[in-house]
Amino acid sequence: MKNTSDITKGGTASPLIPQKPSRLTKLRESDLWFSFWSHPSAIFAAALLAFVTITAFLAPFISPQNPYDLGALELWNSEIPPIWDAQGQWPYLLGTDTQGRDILSAILYGSRISLIIGFASVILALSVGLALGLIAGYFGGWADNIIMRIGDVLLSMPFILIAILITAVASASLPTGLKDVLAAPILIFAIAVPSWVQYARTVRASAMVEAKKEYVQAAKLIRVKSWRIMLNHILPNCMTPIMVAATLNFGLAILSEATLSFLGVGMPPDQPSLGTLIRIGNQYLFSGLWWIVVFPSIQLCLIVLSVNMIGDWLRDALNPKLR
Amino acid sequence: MIAFLIKRTANAAFVMLAVALLAFVIFRFFGDPVEMMVNEQATQQDRIELRERLGLNDGFVTQYTRFVTNAVQGDFGISYRNQQDVMVLIKDRFPATFELVLVATVISLVVGIPLGVLTAVHRDSRLANILQLGSIIGVSLPSFVVGILLILAFSVSLGWLPAFGRGDTVDIGWWSTGLLTPSGRMALILPSLSLSTFQITLVMRLVRAEMLETLRADYIKFARARGVPIRRVQWRHALRNCLMPVITLTGMQIGNLIAFALVTETVFQWPGMGLLFIQAVTFVDIPVMAAYLMIVSFIFVALNTLVDITYAWVDPRLRDDAARAGGANG
Repeated sequence: MKNTSDITKGGTASPLIPQKPSRLTKLRESDLWFSFWSHPSAIFAAALLAFVTITAFLAPFISPQNPYDLGALELWNSEIPPIWDAQGQWPYLLGTDTQGRDILSAILYGSRISLIIGFASVILALSVGLALGLIAGYFGGWADNIIMRIGDVLLSMPFILIAILITAVASASLPTGLKDVLAAPILIFAIAVPSWVQYARTVRASAMVEAKKEYVQAAKLIRVKSWRIMLNHILPNCMTPIMVAATLNFGLAILSEATLSFLGVGMPPDQPSLGTLIRIGNQYLFSGLWWIVVFPSIQLCLIVLSVNMIGDWLRDALNPKLR
Repeated sequence: MIAFLIKRTANAAFVMLAVALLAFVIFRFFGDPVEMMVNEQATQQDRIELRERLGLNDGFVTQYTRFVTNAVQGDFGISYRNQQDVMVLIKDRFPATFELVLVATVISLVVGIPLGVLTAVHRDSRLANILQLGSIIGVSLPSFVVGILLILAFSVSLGWLPAFGRGDTVDIGWWSTGLLTPSGRMALILPSLSLSTFQITLVMRLVRAEMLETLRADYIKFARARGVPIRRVQWRHALRNCLMPVITLTGMQIGNLIAFALVTETVFQWPGMGLLFIQAVTFVDIPVMAAYLMIVSFIFVALNTLVDITYAWVDPRLRDDAARAGGANG
């Protein structure tokens, strides 16, 4: 963690403080940039993640078929094995499922859903966690007590259980039509609820330390607003561990979404995420249609693997003890 | 010590009350219990009587207190779906989950510890690098994907192992065990492997980190200088000093494993508590959901508290720090 008592600008690599030497040069001279290019695994993971993300978001333009358009599915195109099999057919590179849905297209669209839900839930958890952590650490007192107690309770239940309960309760209390429309927001919320606590605890710990320092006292004296002190001075100082946690949690969020969808409390079959696709494919495990389940599984593993590799690298690169 | 003990127990009790509140709110306010219990022919009069009998007209606090009192006595009501006592249902299913988690834990220790020592001892060797890569892949593999791939390989392609169910079981009192029959043991292999994948990598990483630290200690150098063979130093002197954190991790992870077993149980149609819970979720069988939530959380909280107390008992520094900090950790 960098020393924080200097208010001079440019001491930290924070995006919140304007930096005079252009950002690009600063980035290219930074330790992180150097560390990245000297770790082949980080480069590989970043390239893989970039490839997966770009193809997922270009899905409407590059995929052979629109898997949501049920009218485009032809039943005589069903159960086609991958292209390298003798019975394989162009353009179904990875084969089709029992309804004639192209697996590759379904994977591209499904990855997009998985990535969006994972990303959104991390952002939601991050904003809530940072806000509550700052409030708890900076003001202390009863606010601190209430926030941290709620956090304690959430941490004393298994992550996956909380997420399942939220999705289950939400889908039980919503009317059928609304349930499918709101599936994605419900999942984002369900994954964010158990994960904000970690950010809140990290921020709270450093906010408590910072709040006692002289520069914060000085800022208070000249009547800088509390939220400005929190956002401009305290927050940048705890971003390092937060960034590492957020990266690793992004992987965890994608995994959780897939698990929930696999269990049948996530995305519905007509707008499948990777987890839903695996759930669907799982039903044909014993009928020899292995490609329906294997390819979405590989894609899911590649996404999570690349995110975790980046997270691991980031944790080592930002750890001052290892420098 | 006594102050710490009381504080820690009170904390755990508070957490359990909060979980109970959550379970109660879900039970009471999502779906009307009366509508769930009566059949279609029930008259308005029947419904009113049932509502009165269940005490649903009482105040919130009274109902919550009754819910907690009943839960403490193991009474979670009647399942909406098959009209059976929820506690009986869970008691039937508990041994299956317990054996699965137990075997998965044993596998994770038996495989994870040696792998962790190897990667630490042969640091930077090719083997260690491969194992490190393997561990990050292990963390990234969703457990249901591991399960599905295992089924594809060992059940569908090779036909060696059963893909679902528990095999034959033997009853010992109310406990039904699959460990004593050949088919029960065969059925356990794939589910426990798939449940332990994540745990193996966790144990391995922890042992590696601890070993790297321990191997730098003076007493290790001293043992080497005294002429103790290097393997003996690594596998006995050093490893022993790394085991405490591993035991802690294992203890704390059991709660997580029980929760995660529900995914494994779904993949392998393993007749445990988790499968019961997932089925309850599908049928909105709220008493079963509430009971499962409370039981799993109870095991989770109890283990964490036990680990904390053991630590404080072993290490007095923690006790004082924790007492001063107000035991902030749930």
